[in-house]
Amino acid sequence: MSLFAEIEAESKSIWAEIEGGEKPFIRIGTAMCGIAAGASAVVDEVKNFVNNNNVDVTVSEVGCIGICFAEPILDIKISNGTRLLYGNVNPENVSNIIDGCLLKSDFPKSKLIGSLGKITEDNDAIPDLLQDPIFKLQHKIALRNAGEIDPCDINQYIGRGGYSGLNKALASMKSEEVLQQVMDSGLRGRGGAFFATGLKWSFLSKSNAKEKYILCNCEEGDPGAFNDKGILESDPHTLIEGIILAGYATNSSNGIVFVRHGHSGPINKIETAITQAYEKGLLGKNILGSDFSFDVDVSLTGESYVAGEETALMDAIEGKRSMPRSKPPFPAAFGVWGKPTNINNVKTLAYIPSIIQNGGEWFKNIGVNKSTGTAIICLSGKINNPGLYEVPLGISIGQVINEIGGGVPGGNKIKLLQTGGPLGGVLGEAGLEINIDFDEMAQAGAILGSGGIIVADETTCAVDLTRVLVAFCQYESCGKCFPCRLGMSQMLETINNIAEYKASEQDLGKCRKIGGAMQAGSLCGHGQLGFNPIRSALQHFKSDFDSHVFEKKCPTGGCESEYHFPVSTKPYGSSSSSDSKPINLVLNGKSNQ
Amino acid sequence: MTKISSTLTIEIREVLESLDTRKSTVLSSLLAIHDELRYLPKEAIEAVAVYKEVSVNDVWGVATFYTNFRIDTPPTKHQVEVCWGPTCHLMGAGAILGDVQRELHLNGEGDTPDGRVCLKYNTCIGACSQAPVMMVNHKIIGKATSESAMKLLKELD
Repeated sequence: MSLFAEIEAESKSIWAEIEGGEKPFIRIGTAMCGIAAGASAVVDEVKNFVNNNNVDVTVSEVGCIGICFAEPILDIKISNGTRLLYGNVNPENVSNIIDGCLLKSDFPKSKLIGSLGKITEDNDAIPDLLQDPIFKLQHKIALRNAGEIDPCDINQYIGRGGYSGLNKALASMKSEEVLQQVMDSGLRGRGGAFFATGLKWSFLSKSNAKEKYILCNCEEGDPGAFNDKGILESDPHTLIEGIILAGYATNSSNGIVFVRHGHSGPINKIETAITQAYEKGLLGKNILGSDFSFDVDVSLTGESYVAGEETALMDAIEGKRSMPRSKPPFPAAFGVWGKPTNINNVKTLAYIPSIIQNGGEWFKNIGVNKSTGTAIICLSGKINNPGLYEVPLGISIGQVINEIGGGVPGGNKIKLLQTGGPLGGVLGEAGLEINIDFDEMAQAGAILGSGGIIVADETTCAVDLTRVLVAFCQYESCGKCFPCRLGMSQMLETINNIAEYKASEQDLGKCRKIGGAMQAGSLCGHGQLGFNPIRSALQHFKSDFDSHVFEKKCPTGGCESEYHFPVSTKPYGSSSSSDSKPINLVLNGKSNQ
Repeated sequence: MTKISSTLTIEIREVLESLDTRKSTVLSSLLAIHDELRYLPKEAIEAVAVYKEVSVNDVWGVATFYTNFRIDTPPTKHQVEVCWGPTCHLMGAGAILGDVQRELHLNGEGDTPDGRVCLKYNTCIGACSQAPVMMVNHKIIGKATSESAMKLLKELD
């Protein structure tokens, strides 16, 4: 029996008992969405009830099942195998739900949102969620385990087929064959640039250096995007397996998962998962008895949006200010610590285990045109079902928003979509017609970015929302390239003037000019796309701007409601804070050199 | 709250000694000290400069670049963060931020005059599906309202 076969047999029997056995299994979502909705108190209450009443049950804290709007979710598998989902659960509901489901076999209907799979009894009143568009329209690959398993239990991951892709690669495939499968899959990077992943890896694989790095970018500073953290919190092992496979395909030596400091949920889970993978011999020297050795570390960054840019990210790992580097040299030649490096987004790497397990051809058949696979979409804002959804590429934005997202609440009309992070700008209602296909979206002037879609309804003023986007971009400019550093401040001043009815038509022309300079003169996308929020808002919502500039009136009153944004504290900002201290200190001669 | 310099220096040294010297960087050292002390006194900047064999200038450069670092002023007892990102804004963060400021007698970010609470604007906490989101002493609270925010502030001792 091979090393992995032993590990797998043990994990599969553990999982079969949890998942298929008579013993009930309670899953509680404790990803960030669950925690924010109050899941911690629910977990405590469940544990109390189970202990006090001697209920024989397995309780696992799981990640995000996607329907964040229903958090905290209590997902109970009763002894006949039926899975019941209770949503918006308060600690007060816990005893009634568990008592009914597990002790009295008469499950309460209150808070019950449905079952996963059809209930065999005559219970037509309980909706089968798998037949609901929310689940039916999804195709889960990267999120296949999210909400299903305990992210901190490697046995549950292996029990559901985890690490078998890695085992297959190490036991029966050469590194070139793994690379070829990824090329065949047509997988494109999900960080926002959609560059062919296989091709990117091939640059790194050509280098003969001994020390080569696979960096996994989970900086995810985009407001409105939480899919990377969602994967880290829900299924960190799929990411680790993906990183190891990337390492094997490119003959690399090290992997680094890059996360923003302070997101303690995702950080704790990835760190736990790495430790477990080492314990099972899935990381470290001679993985699973093969010749391949690979190490993975976690590197934390401070708060800086630009740290998510691939070259700035490398500077942050090296402990410096996260500012973009000039390219060339490209990371594959001169990356982190000067070593050949490949950088992929979390989502991209999370697809790899399934691609290796099922073959590149399988992945290629999902999706549309040159956009293969799925998109992992985060819905938030004025929408009935905000959440984390994985849909096959080719589906229209309208389907995602109306059928999965349940449309806009309160009978209001949809007005605006903000996609791809603040730099992605906004789309009008016509954006609903666009299909989620990287090339079609680019042609339509829409940016999918990392998959966040923020929905705004007719009560929103486009100027008011644009002001937030511009304030964000100004606050987060790293300051290295002056067109971005100064340009963003001028953009912010202009949009503030528009919102306060102090702008003239010429101001918009000035913005266009500055935007052009920023595009031409900035090293990274932050400056290059810095004009995008205003440009796109002007394109789709000119009447909102006109009303502010000419009629001195906000069409929805949004601009007159309270609005606060932070003043950049970086030395170049218009801040009044006393950041001169560091400079004084240096002038006082305190230097070690 | 203010500690005398020698105690600080010992605490900082202990943090630095616990780090893996092969893997630590200026940034990771500062993050580790910040986790422990909840701020970066100037002693920390100097200690990291010695530890990583770089200039004090370089360390200041890193410390002032990342917006999560609190520099020079000892931490307040409580920290309140309110997200002002686009999703939270659409869902009503502006009014919450305004009410929180009025309650704390603040105009913008910063510490209350009595040094008890620090208000920080957060660009994205990462729980957008639960917007508007705020954090009180690192505990995430979703679907916040002005009322729930006021209640949380009143519960702070």
